[in-house]
Amino acid sequence: MNSSPFPVIFALDALTGALFLLTAIGVVATRQVLASLQLFIAQSLLLTSSAVLLGIALGSVHLFAVAAITIGTKTLLIPWLLQRTVSAEVYRTREIDRVLNIPSSLLLAAVLVLVAYAVANPLLDAVNVPFAPVNLPLGVAAMFLGVFTVVVRREAVPQLLGLLALENGVFFVGIAIVPDLPVIAELAAAVDVPVVALVVGLLTRQIHRRVGTTSVGRLAALREH
Amino acid sequence: MELAAVLVIPALASAFSLSPLGRRLAAPFTLVAAILTFVIAADVAVQTARAGRIDALGDWLTCDALGALVLALVAFVATTAALFSWGYIRVRSAHTGWRKEQNYYVLYNLFVLSLLAVPVLANVALMWVAVELTTLLSAFLVGFEDTAEALEAAWKYVVLTTLGAVLALLGFLILYWGSRVAGYEPFTWAGLVVAAPRMPAALLWPAFLLILVGFGTKVGLVPMHTWLPDAHSQAPASICALLSGVETTTVLYVILRLFPVVGGIPALDARPWYIGFGLLSVAIATLLLIHVRDFKRMFAFSTVEHMGIILVAAGLGGGEAHLGAAYQMTGHAIAKSFCFFAAGAVAMRFGTQEIAAVRGLVRFAPLSALTLAGGAFAIAGAPPFAIFVSELLIIKAGVASGQYLTIALLAFFVVIAFCAVMFHVNRMTFGAPAGGPGLSALPLSCKATLVVAAVPLIVTGIYVPVALQDLLRAAASAMGG
Repeated sequence: MNSSPFPVIFALDALTGALFLLTAIGVVATRQVLASLQLFIAQSLLLTSSAVLLGIALGSVHLFAVAAITIGTKTLLIPWLLQRTVSAEVYRTREIDRVLNIPSSLLLAAVLVLVAYAVANPLLDAVNVPFAPVNLPLGVAAMFLGVFTVVVRREAVPQLLGLLALENGVFFVGIAIVPDLPVIAELAAAVDVPVVALVVGLLTRQIHRRVGTTSVGRLAALREH
Repeated sequence: MELAAVLVIPALASAFSLSPLGRRLAAPFTLVAAILTFVIAADVAVQTARAGRIDALGDWLTCDALGALVLALVAFVATTAALFSWGYIRVRSAHTGWRKEQNYYVLYNLFVLSLLAVPVLANVALMWVAVELTTLLSAFLVGFEDTAEALEAAWKYVVLTTLGAVLALLGFLILYWGSRVAGYEPFTWAGLVVAAPRMPAALLWPAFLLILVGFGTKVGLVPMHTWLPDAHSQAPASICALLSGVETTTVLYVILRLFPVVGGIPALDARPWYIGFGLLSVAIATLLLIHVRDFKRMFAFSTVEHMGIILVAAGLGGGEAHLGAAYQMTGHAIAKSFCFFAAGAVAMRFGTQEIAAVRGLVRFAPLSALTLAGGAFAIAGAPPFAIFVSELLIIKAGVASGQYLTIALLAFFVVIAFCAVMFHVNRMTFGAPAGGPGLSALPLSCKATLVVAAVPLIVTGIYVPVALQDLLRAAASAMGG
């Protein structure tokens, strides 16, 4: 790991990565929707800073575009839309419905992080790229945690945040392993646009229909009998 | 140039539907555009079957026989579904006004455009974007009815398939990474086939699994299938036909494309994964088929079953099995879209999707009864329909290559699924009539669709035109050995 040609940026990226993982665990473990949203914004900012750091180090314009899209949609547009859509009451007072309690969630989260390292190691052994030793395992861990969040959360907003956290994880890996992919920014946009549409279109309509709840779990009309 | 036209026509149709003229003319214009697209797609199919790959717009668009097969199937179902929509959507949106109908056609054409883009976009990353767009553009069509159930179905659909798509994205990013390691091959399917043997297996493995599981979610493979019966039962029937008939196949096409990429790597045997996921899907779908209560959900589970069968056929390997897979894709697209038209007609007339609420259909509604029973026969795999032939082909190929256990399990579940579908449909069609329900009339365009869509359903089982035979053979060989 000391063989990196960019020692300072590498250290900064490692710090970013550590915080990135903490926020990803935070999104799984928090009880309140608002806190979960704030952690997600923090995570998106960390993805942005990593993209900028790597953009500088690797001289890739595309990564600046990824940073711009992340800032624009994930720290501004989506939180703003969610604030507008979901009543303030839902944010502050409600505790999140979940399938698992917090201690077991955290335990599983820890296991997932270990698995992420185990999964990432063979790839790192096979190919050596400057920032992959930081971004690959941490991004994969964030991805696993995102999947985990979507599966255990039963309410609409936390599910959405889990999905976005998962996407952050994938792009945290992406900026390190394919900084030269010309369409990487378009790929980021392609995920964010549906999410925005989801919030604007479906969530608002759903809430109009059932005032005060954004629980997808409670909408249990569609089940096998 | 045809490849560009296939994408431009739906885009124009969507723009037209959005214009003030679209208020009255969106439905007929969409139908004309769909017919035109189908004619061009059929021409592309004939060309690729004869000449192999065709390219257009420099390196941007490309299509080989396997892509052309998917292209033609999408264009075909888009045509019949457009015809069905004409009367169906008018009735369904009668109480909400013309704006909703107009929006439907704007989205309909864009959804078809995104489906058509998947097999023709050369760049694999852009193809991924097209797959992601199919979700976005169809989400509001799934939620068209605006009921709590429809919105919930649309929500699950977007959240789970986007989750899958993002996992698949990491797979594609790793593939791109690998193709850079292996030298600067273009990031196309053909380029990946060339580059794959030079990529480290440590990269190919996770990429393959991420794409299989990620896009498998959108195909409806068990255990990632949970959203599928909801979305495919809550959407309007015309959209169900597209979702179940071709959207699943289009994404499955991407998974089949991986086969030749990983096929040449001795360290990576993908075949057990295809067979494992395929058999699991067939088995679970069969169990769900037995005690299903909603007839649109029944056809949705049958889609899960068919996707499993195609995946098993791909995993068996060899030209004959792959021919069976290509034939099964064709048979499924034609029969499943037909089934959803028939189911939509029945649901429209009876105002319910419950199997138990529909009895003695043959006495009230002979056309609906005949088409529902015919469609169910075709989709369950009864002779003389195409799916019977393709399933037989797959089973024969598996026996010939000595994979007895796989084939025994496959045949077992296919037979049970057949009985389950027949049991439900038999009760709906015959059975003692449960009171005389006040039936609403079926729009003319829906009746016309049932007649038009029945032609290929009947024909493809008995007689496969030479052009289609060539296409299927070429598509099978594009799936690799």
